[in-house]
Order: sequence, then structure tokens, then C-alpha cells
Amino acid sequence: MEAFCTWLSNTPLSMIIQNNSWVIPSVQSVHILAISIVMASAVMIDLRLLGAFSRTQSVLDTTQRYAPWIWCAVAVLAMSGALLIIGEPGRELESQVFWLKMTLLVCALALTGTYQYVATHVLGFWERRRGMAGVVAVVSLVLWVGIVAAGRWIAYWEHG
Amino acid sequence: MASAAWTDMFSRLESTSVATAIRESTWLFPTVETLHVLSIVLVVGSIMIVDLRLINVASRRRAVSELMNEVLPWTWLAFFCALITGSLLFSSAALKYIHAAPFRAKMVLLLFAGINMAIFHLGSYRKVALWDRASMTPTGARVAGALSLAIWVTVIACGRWIGFVTN
Repeated sequence: MEAFCTWLSNTPLSMIIQNNSWVIPSVQSVHILAISIVMASAVMIDLRLLGAFSRTQSVLDTTQRYAPWIWCAVAVLAMSGALLIIGEPGRELESQVFWLKMTLLVCALALTGTYQYVATHVLGFWERRRGMAGVVAVVSLVLWVGIVAAGRWIAYWEHG
Repeated sequence: MASAAWTDMFSRLESTSVATAIRESTWLFPTVETLHVLSIVLVVGSIMIVDLRLINVASRRRAVSELMNEVLPWTWLAFFCALITGSLLFSSAALKYIHAAPFRAKMVLLLFAGINMAIFHLGSYRKVALWDRASMTPTGARVAGALSLAIWVTVIACGRWIGFVTN
């Protein structure tokens, strides 16, 4: 991994990012904006799964309204995240917190894909299985909060 | 901010026990900052949901007032958390932040966001019953939504820049 990081940090694109100090904060701003979209969308769906609001909308309505935004924003996150890795490979790829974040992300995306699939293909499933919907919502919230927290801690872990 | 009274006030803020604890601990600042980021992404993300309805991009089949009543209480809760955590972060190095251009810009933008919101509520929103379910909202609502989106995107960018110019 160290050799890979060294190679990556010597690529032309990485050089450009390293030599222009405004690139990293700009890409990070885009990254945070995309996180806003994911978090707000996920929270809206989770609150609906918990039955906290939006009873006039079915879980399917709520999922159809917000889940596509999660996937689009995750695509933006993957691209902006890739640029951040290329710019500072060691900071991310050699950080345990980064890999924790990626693990949590895979879990969150698998859970999102699953509840979305079920909502779409088994009509009324989440309305009938209230207990399971609540568990899914809480796990989803914990995963997304963990992802944001891990993301911020990448900046501190080595120094902490 | 050049006046001695302000400088004195901010340096006293910095020397409070809470501010000192945040400044001197290795984990307190990142922890409060993480809570600040979590609050801010929820503030901005939830405001975007309303703004996108106002500019007729998303949630077009839902009544505007219904969407706002559902989403905005969570926005305010998150904003309250952002205010508390932001104040704590500010206190840890008040004199440094008060002189940082992105911090000043962010505070001015927050003021603009508040003014924009007030104008919308005293203007177009008073007659929301007339256009609550319309797929095309009135000009005032569209302007408010577009301005709000622009302001909050810039708030996020300024917030990120504070960390770069003060470190």
C-alpha cells in the first residue's frame, strides 16, 4: 500500500492537486454538500420508517422521493472522494479510520438498496412490519452518522 | 472589530474554562467539530429539500406548507445544535476566527439567509394557500428558494475554508 501511495502521489493529476492549494478545500466543499444531500435524504426516509412523520405519504412515496438523491449524491461523493485520495493518498489509504468509513459505507449502501428494493417490490411491506422498519431506520441512522464522524476523524487520527 | 473592547471581550471568551478545555484537549475539538458537521449537513440538506420544492425541481406533487411543516422543525433542531457546537469551536480561538475572512463571510451569509427567509415568510408565504399545490410556485417563492440554495452552498464552502486559513 505504501508503494501504491507513493506511485499515486507522483502521478500528474496528484501533482496538480498538490501544487494548487485551493483544489483540496474546493473538492472537500463539494464532498460536504453531497454529504448534506445524502444525510438529509437518509434521515427523511429513516424518520418515515420510524413512523415519526409523513403518515400521509407511504414508505414507497418517501423512498421514491429521496432514495434517487442518495444514489446521485453517493456518485458525486465517490468522484470527489477519489480526487481527495489522489491528492493525498497516504492520508486516506494508510488510515484505519478511512477503511472503517469505507466498511460502514458498504453496509449503509447495502441496507439502502435493500429497503428500497423491498419498498418497491413488496407493496406495503414496511407499513406491515413496523418493528423491522424501526430497526432498519435506527441501523441506517447509526451507519450514516458513523460515516460522517469517521470522515471527519481521518483528518485527526494520526495526530491524535 | 479593531476596537479594544471587542478584542478584550473575545480574549476573555478564549480564557473561559470551556474554551481552554477545547483548545488544550486532543479529542474535544475534533469531537465538537464532528457534531458541528453532522448538524450543518442536516441544516443544509433539509433546507435544500424545501428550496428544491420552491424552485419546482422536487416534491412537486406535495403541498408546500405540508412539506415545510414536516421538514423545517428538524432544520431548526439541527440549526440549534450547529449554533451550540459552532459557538464552542469559536470560543476555543475567538481572536483567530474573528479575523479570518471566511469566518466573517460565513456570519454575513447566515444573516443574509435569515433576511431571505424573513422576506419569504412576510411575502409570498402569507398567501401560500393560493399556490400550496401548484406545480409552478410564484416568482417570490422561486427567488427565495434559489437565493437560499446559493447562500447555503456558500456557507458550507466558507465553513470548510475557515479550517484552511486558521490552521
